[in-house]
Amino acid sequence: MTTLPAVRVWEYYATILRRTWKTEVVLGLLQPLVFLLGMGLGVGSLVNSRQSSVDALGGVPYVAFLAPGLLATTAMIVGSFESTYPVMAGFKWQGFFEAMAATRLSPMQIVRGLFLWLATRIGIFVAGVVVVLALFPDTRSWGLVLAVPAAVLCGLSFAAVIAAYAAVCEYDASFNYVQRFIITPLFLFGGAFYPIESLPVGLRPIAWVTPLWHGVELCRGFSLHTMGFVTALGHLAVIVAYIAVGIVMCRRLFIRRLYR
Amino acid sequence: MSGGEAVIEARGLVKRFGDFEAVKNVDFRIERGESFGFLGPNGAGKSSTMRMIGCVSPASGGDLRIFGLDPMEHGSRIRARMGVVPQQDNLDSELTVLENLVVYGRYFDIPRADCKKRAAELLDFVQLTDRANSRVEPLSGGMKRRVTIARSLINRPELLLLDEPTTGLDPQARHILWDRLYRLKQQGVTLVLTTHYMDEAEQLCDRLVVMDGGRIVAEGSPRQLIEEHSSREVLELRFSAGTNSDQAAVLAGLGDRQEVLPDRVLIYAVDGEDVLGEVHRRGVPHESALVRRSSLEDVFLRLTGRSLVE
Repeated sequence: MTTLPAVRVWEYYATILRRTWKTEVVLGLLQPLVFLLGMGLGVGSLVNSRQSSVDALGGVPYVAFLAPGLLATTAMIVGSFESTYPVMAGFKWQGFFEAMAATRLSPMQIVRGLFLWLATRIGIFVAGVVVVLALFPDTRSWGLVLAVPAAVLCGLSFAAVIAAYAAVCEYDASFNYVQRFIITPLFLFGGAFYPIESLPVGLRPIAWVTPLWHGVELCRGFSLHTMGFVTALGHLAVIVAYIAVGIVMCRRLFIRRLYR
Repeated sequence: MSGGEAVIEARGLVKRFGDFEAVKNVDFRIERGESFGFLGPNGAGKSSTMRMIGCVSPASGGDLRIFGLDPMEHGSRIRARMGVVPQQDNLDSELTVLENLVVYGRYFDIPRADCKKRAAELLDFVQLTDRANSRVEPLSGGMKRRVTIARSLINRPELLLLDEPTTGLDPQARHILWDRLYRLKQQGVTLVLTTHYMDEAEQLCDRLVVMDGGRIVAEGSPRQLIEEHSSREVLELRFSAGTNSDQAAVLAGLGDRQEVLPDRVLIYAVDGEDVLGEVHRRGVPHESALVRRSSLEDVFLRLTGRSLVE
């Protein structure tokens, strides 16, 4: 009876999770709740009182517009964090990738296992957001069922590329660049809090060429039931392309790092 | 050497990192059941050689076979039959001792129930059964090393690679480890280790090579190497600080050979007491004198012209 190598790598992470899951569940629920209340009530009361703003959002209350954005940004933030310090730990501080490489596992099997874990990790936090969204009538929707995998893929598209970057980094200070120049700007300009049509034309391409906006659009389209099939495929294609590039890069760079 | 079955065979093995050549054209052959050592100072190329044997570092030149297979082509198959104790423990400090072993066993696709059973046996073997459920973090260096050794045995390897297994451990911990490694050898496991401790090499190795600057400078059993490259006994003389080289004239002609170290002068001779008598007759004032058996350290001094640090 054999188990897929990627699953056996995933088991390592799962063993650690068994120790820490209680704190993670609390964090995973508390954070979206606070965010939703703060933004939804605060900004929402401003937006909802102005008819032109409500029209720009497609006629839904601000909190319903914001909620899917929260799914995608949560996925991005979890994915981008989990692929930086924890990946470097595997090469440097803890050395668990080195330990795995000394066994039957190949670098590509290690990469697959890591991706499986990253998807799990993102999935846990996305599920936390969904639980919070299901609590309120304005954000509750059957479309969330589809929005979950879309958000996970969106988070994985960040994680895949950033994990490849982490595999070549020698110092963790390099991760500040990712945070400051990629994650924070996308968080603000990726269409999570307002439609990107509100942005000057020159800034919109930032959203088009990066995965967050596509993830936000998918989640929003599914939960507000406004997504067409072809449009969905288009957004998905961009996200999947990022994941594919990340896998190819990780494969090369993990081999280079582990087989010196 | 003899005609036993070769577990590892290297011919003209080379490892380059950019312009730097860490391993320069080395040959060696390690047989089944043997305990083989790579002895040398830091930077001699021992670890690079071990990583190539461990199938995690492609050779830059030459030929390397492990179990008759090419390490980069059949790495996974070879590693399945091999255990590795890396120079730095890479145990997971957040997990318990037992969890570390089980997780590692799973990397070899050993069923979970078997992993637990084997882990319990191995913890008994390294005398850590009572720590099975404690986290790795607070364990002492010697205990962590024993956990790493237990972990390396979870796939019941035929070949065990140990990169500086006892560096940084206190004497008691070292002796426990040596004892466990000796038992493994008795069970027929082929041991390959690197060390810069002479006493470790003498304790554990049937045969060893001395490496220096990426080359093999000598090969043989500890006894053979001492006989070939050193005398039977050594007289160690200590003089007041900074005056060692001034003694050359008065000590001239004593013993087979002399070595002036920063802190003492070594005189190699068949009979050390005899030479000491002559030192007394010549009235050479010294702070202390010691006659001892010749060791691998003397071989190393002879071969490389410098003493081993650390």
